[in-house]
Amino acid sequence: MSSTFDTIANIIAETCDIPRDTIKPESHAINDLGIDSLDFLDIAFAIDKAFGIKLPLEQWTQEVNDGKATTEQYFVLKNLAARIDELVAAKGA
Amino acid sequence: MRLEYFQLIDRVVDLKLSERTIRCEATVPAESTIFEGHFPGYPLMPGVLLVEAMAQTSGWLIVALNRFERMPFLAAVKEAKLRSFVKPGEILIVEARLAHDGSGYAMTEANIKCNGKLVCDAALTLRVLDFPNLEMSKRMRDVAARIGLNAEAPTDG
Repeated sequence: MSSTFDTIANIIAETCDIPRDTIKPESHAINDLGIDSLDFLDIAFAIDKAFGIKLPLEQWTQEVNDGKATTEQYFVLKNLAARIDELVAAKGA
Repeated sequence: MRLEYFQLIDRVVDLKLSERTIRCEATVPAESTIFEGHFPGYPLMPGVLLVEAMAQTSGWLIVALNRFERMPFLAAVKEAKLRSFVKPGEILIVEARLAHDGSGYAMTEANIKCNGKLVCDAALTLRVLDFPNLEMSKRMRDVAARIGLNAEAPTDG
């Protein structure tokens, strides 16, 4: 799996005190790992710092609330890693 | 401080938007019913109110940075350290720096000094949301004007 996944898995393990070996690419941050929205802010902060990006949490939340996206698209970790890679690529473009 | 209104900041002394910092002044009242209970015979400014003063200072920085478009709400307090006692009548300088401007949230680092000495510090998380209603937005601008924070033309940046 990508180094992006490893980075965010390490961040989640450290931030939320979740055993690293239980965090899988298929894990849903909310449904599987039990991370709530406040704890996710700490994760977003660490991800923003680690990758030099700004996770568009408000936009994602709005899309989910409007039924235009599912939480799986953003909060299953392999999908989150892909979104991060896109944001990093867009930053460098 | 207007303790009875939970408005702890008296005035904005310095605001540097380009550096994302703010410095405010807050004078602890000489008398308050709070000091009758905290503590009888030994009045001290409650530590939670010092944390609140740091949160309000952080909040004023955030509303200044976003030009009063959105409202910060305290969400988390980390690494709060209350280093020495604060007594009635003391003049406090409260400083905050925006450490991170996230999507819908902000992280700040804040501290309070009294007579040049650090009395407390903390890392704070605030959710930054749309104003729930127009009335609140207007009232917050009124408070901002009272403490010298100009909503339309911040001092720098």
